[in-house]
Amino acid sequence: MSDINIVDAPPGIEGSGFFATSFDKVIGLARSHSLWPLPFATSCCGIEFMATMGSHYDLGRFGSERLSFSPRQADVLMVMGTIAKKMGPVLKQVYLQMAEPRWVMAVGACASSGGIFDTYSVLQGIDEIIPVDVYVPGCPPRPEAILDGFTKIQELVRNESGRRRHSPEYKELLASYGIL
Amino acid sequence: MAEDTNHNLIEVLSTRFGDKVTAVSEPYGLLTFETSKDVIVEVLRFLKEDNRFNYLTDITAVHYPEKHQAIAVVYHLHNMVAKVRVRVKVFISEHTPTIPTATVLWNGANWMERETYDLFGVKFEGHPDLRRILNMDELGVHPMLKQYPLEDPNRVDKKDEYFGR
Amino acid sequence: MNHNQPVYTDNDPQEELVTLNLGPTHPATHGVFQNVIQLDGERIVSGVSTIGYIHRAFEKIAEHRPFYQITPLTDRLNYCSSPINNMGWHMTVEKLLNIQLPKRVDYLRVIIMELARISDHIICNTIIAQDTGATTTFLYLFQFREHIYEIYEEVCGARLTTNIGRIGGFERDFNEIAFAKINKFLKEFPVALREFESLLNRNRIFIDRTAGVARVSAETALDYSWSGPLLRATGVDYDVRVSDPYSSYQDFDFEVPVGTSGDIYDRYLVRNEEMWQSVRIIEQAMEKLKHEPPHIFHADVPEFYLPAKEEVYNNMEALIYHFKIVMGEIDAPKAEVYHSVEGGNGELGFYLINDGGRTPYRLHFRRPSFINYQMFAPMSKGMLLSDAIINMSSMNIIAGELDA
Repeated sequence: MSDINIVDAPPGIEGSGFFATSFDKVIGLARSHSLWPLPFATSCCGIEFMATMGSHYDLGRFGSERLSFSPRQADVLMVMGTIAKKMGPVLKQVYLQMAEPRWVMAVGACASSGGIFDTYSVLQGIDEIIPVDVYVPGCPPRPEAILDGFTKIQELVRNESGRRRHSPEYKELLASYGIL
Repeated sequence: MAEDTNHNLIEVLSTRFGDKVTAVSEPYGLLTFETSKDVIVEVLRFLKEDNRFNYLTDITAVHYPEKHQAIAVVYHLHNMVAKVRVRVKVFISEHTPTIPTATVLWNGANWMERETYDLFGVKFEGHPDLRRILNMDELGVHPMLKQYPLEDPNRVDKKDEYFGR
Repeated sequence: MNHNQPVYTDNDPQEELVTLNLGPTHPATHGVFQNVIQLDGERIVSGVSTIGYIHRAFEKIAEHRPFYQITPLTDRLNYCSSPINNMGWHMTVEKLLNIQLPKRVDYLRVIIMELARISDHIICNTIIAQDTGATTTFLYLFQFREHIYEIYEEVCGARLTTNIGRIGGFERDFNEIAFAKINKFLKEFPVALREFESLLNRNRIFIDRTAGVARVSAETALDYSWSGPLLRATGVDYDVRVSDPYSSYQDFDFEVPVGTSGDIYDRYLVRNEEMWQSVRIIEQAMEKLKHEPPHIFHADVPEFYLPAKEEVYNNMEALIYHFKIVMGEIDAPKAEVYHSVEGGNGELGFYLINDGGRTPYRLHFRRPSFINYQMFAPMSKGMLLSDAIINMSSMNIIAGELDA
């Protein structure tokens, strides 16, 4: 008996020889367990991310073994560490290069709010330039916290409607960041 | 031992540079003296080549707005053989903050001077590539000068009343 | 085969340069550095480094914070070995205030600092291996970094940005679990390190990729003010722990490993040997602790040492001291002081000018990563692109320390 667990099937109608459910649920389920993160690690939180990827915590258990360093193939942008104003345009460029659907996770105090660096050179939270889905507090957050944030992203992905990215609200959100 | 060396060194320096070496002190055993910007390269060269202070530990600056010569450029040198350090200071004017470069003696001075230029606006004459290094080129000011605030003055979300000021 | 010689001559008609932008978020660079390089085939003709992508204005912040609130800033300089930074800063202030520490505190500090050095070198050496294609070592040795973090957790409650210690000592005594974990680490780590070495030291692929690559002479290294393992790999035995002992390092018997050619293989070997020496130092410190009076974990300087919380709530004097210290109203001499410690990457210096105010008048960090890194672009000339990548990982540039 293997101890590998398989996710439960989404709710649907089951009968002899068939199983019917909606596309949204199946795609959400599949996506949520094969997210490719793009680690945008700049400072201390990046080191904790290395620990998260290491053998002790192992982000690979959540279907994210494969880091996508190319933004074109990435699903989740994990911003870890201080983003200085000099770095801001680079971060936005990376976000723009990602294909929809894309999610963003702000890991740590600096990425979420600027943290202890309330200075002339630091961006006070990445949500000034790109929309963020999940914030992970901590300076730096423990690997467990990063994993928790990641499961929150998975939850969002699982429950996201297939039409969300075409909705006027979403377009409005992007427009408020100057992204068309 | 350090005191002996410091004493000898200051004698050698005084013989060589006379009254260009001033304000000699030894805070926490580290020989500190001031000199002027017209002889600074000569002083550094003398320390490096004739007194084995061949390791440039650091270059930085300090801003004293109330002083006449408002910016102090500070050099830390290290004699690894005798295990002695020395600190050299040069006070320059805030309005014409120029000083000859030390890159003629150490290549390592390059980025240290660029950092000092970036943060304090000290122009190192003869520096091969004096550009900003840490801040963006668009930043119009040299932020470590005392008159500039720590926080970004353009912020609108932070209301002074919440911070008691 | 000497593969560092350029293949093409200057008047080669086929010569055509390619400009490649490496960074600031390139996965091969392990940090936010940008290098715009000119390539002739696989070979680098010239390069320009741009840094400052996480400039956080440490020195400006430090002018607005009392001494105790600067400790968290130092955490975030070299975050791979933050206890060394914390203690370096505390020692700077202790030097300013002329505080003498009991030997036991010094030895406890030495234990933590050497653990930090090991964790720093683990990162660097496993990353070199990772970049030469050996992922196993990374996964294997990172386990022991977790063990070191567990020891930090026992002592101060934090893993990475430790904010460990106080001016005058530690916030609390090491408990039994901490000592047990240190002992366990001392028993298990050498086994793993030996295995790590046996995987790489005589590994043909690893040697081919690293030996003879990015050679640096001692003169050049001194000219560029290199320090730390990079300088020692070129053959200069400069180690602040020996040349300018702090925290009772003079009581310990250890060696300063040096290399000969300054190439990447030498840097790797120097770092490995330093881990062995660190283990030796910790063992000696554990032995010395047995001969010291127990339960002393800070100097008796109530006017500077932040009192324990229960004291603050129950004791009038402690409350007053707590208030004065937190508000930065302590009586510090008007003076300037330079103190340096041997950080993971080299000489980490603190140049503090105090004018008697609540906050330092000026605090400058001599950051080894910043000073070491400036040689990267000049030394990359004529190197293969893939060699330059390993060269960068072997320099162990930490972005937080680079940009401050």
